[in-house]
Amino acid sequence: MKVTVEQDRCVAAGQCAATAPDVFDQRDEDGVVVLLTDDPAAERADDARHAAAVCPALAIHIEE
Amino acid sequence: MSHAPTGAAPEAQVPEWPMPRAAGCPFDPPPGLRELTAEKPLAKVRIWDGSAHWIVTGHAAQRALLSDPRVSVDERLPGFPHWNEGMAAGLAYRPRSVFNSDAPEHSRYRRIMTGPFTFKRVEALRPTIQKITDDLIDKMLAGPNPADLVEALALPLPTLMISELLGVPYEDHEFFQEYASRGIAHNVSAEESGRNFMALNEYLVRLVEQKAAEPADDALSDIAARVTAGDLTVPEAAMMGTGLLIAGHETSANMIGLATVALLEHPDQLAVLRDTDDPKVVAGAVEELLRYLGIIHGGQRRIAKEDIEIGGELIRAGEGIVVELFSANRDADVFPEPDLLDLHRANARHHNAFGFGIHQCVGQQFARVELQVVYGTLFRRIPTLRLAKSLDEIVFKHDRLAYGVYSLPVTWG
Ligand code: HEM
Repeated sequence: MKVTVEQDRCVAAGQCAATAPDVFDQRDEDGVVVLLTDDPAAERADDARHAAAVCPALAIHIEE
Repeated sequence: MSHAPTGAAPEAQVPEWPMPRAAGCPFDPPPGLRELTAEKPLAKVRIWDGSAHWIVTGHAAQRALLSDPRVSVDERLPGFPHWNEGMAAGLAYRPRSVFNSDAPEHSRYRRIMTGPFTFKRVEALRPTIQKITDDLIDKMLAGPNPADLVEALALPLPTLMISELLGVPYEDHEFFQEYASRGIAHNVSAEESGRNFMALNEYLVRLVEQKAAEPADDALSDIAARVTAGDLTVPEAAMMGTGLLIAGHETSANMIGLATVALLEHPDQLAVLRDTDDPKVVAGAVEELLRYLGIIHGGQRRIAKEDIEIGGELIRAGEGIVVELFSANRDADVFPEPDLLDLHRANARHHNAFGFGIHQCVGQQFARVELQVVYGTLFRRIPTLRLAKSLDEIVFKHDRLAYGVYSLPVTWG
């Protein structure tokens, strides 16, 4: 799995950090997404997929 | 201004929006809207000024439109489906903000507001929210029985929290609550809307100026600092403060009041919250209540900037779009048995209660923590809680942009 994020599109809704906190964090000053790992461990992969699905800005992409 | 309908029905036959909910079904969408959109995820309705617009109820269609850059929130475009006469008249003085700007301008405003609402920062507020909730419940239990739950808990908790977060003096809450609730009635005249806006705006302008001169550790001071830095004008900063203040307490307050009514009417579901100390169960219950209760029920307003094909219809450039979020939460294609309140529903968090696309709620993680604390505490601390009046005596906010109850007489023991 390879995870990428588009910070320009991010609207800091916090959905990814709430859904997959081991994969995504947010910048302190404005909440924009920060990718913690682009290759999450197998047991975190579902959370990452879920985060991509709930991102309101469609800013998270996953290649399987 | 009214404009020609493009659907098959002549304008006179286009039904009026908003539509009433059915008597005795305070938790379900209007039957008229369900009938109108039974076959397709969108239809035409007529609003207060007689103009016809698309209303979108399907979950997938809403998500597609709300994340489509051809769909705009720019209320200054001709043909925009304004909420009421007051909002239409307010174009003259309402500055740009997240609420009425599109990308990329939108992200400039949004990123000035989002810092205090990150997942980590709102999680850090959980102990404070818990303490205030416990204190308010203690106070209610020590006072007269029956009591009004709206006055005792639903309204003061979010108001205290947003006041503290923004740095707005809590002593002023009666003033801003009064103006906030007046501003969101369905039927507001131009004059009244202007007066409300000016009163709140002057108040926020003064606060922003004060915070710029004497910064404190709060969100309004951060916003005021951006004025000093030349990133924002004072009217823009005041608009941001007003938006956060209004969006930040009325919505959560309605979610607390309305959820309590719904749970008292569904004792088997209330038992789920009363009998658990698992934060995952509580978090799931919050998502299901966000889905089930249509707090934001009047339809979010948008306008098409280009022709868009969707759901077998063609929305033409310049046509208004009313996105009725609540109906999408009852879309059977996404939520099996959608009218059933099921706190264990697996995919509840796919609801559109916070919207979708770039305008999705700024305060959603904050609201989630507030609701998790309140729902997780209230029914455990007062297991005998019940309505002090019958359901049909409770007055629902049918006439408000944000649905809820005006007051909620409860008793216990
Ligand atoms: C349960 C409580 C809440 C609900 C159901 C709710 C619902 C919504 C919805 C549906 C939208 C999207 C509007 C649209 O797309 O047209 C929205 C936007 C917004 N909400 Fe909330 N909200 C809640 C609580 C809050 C809180 C606590 C705050 C702030 C402290 C807040 C601040 C905002 C702001 C600033 C926007 C505009 C975002 C933008 O346009 O980019 N909301 N909310």
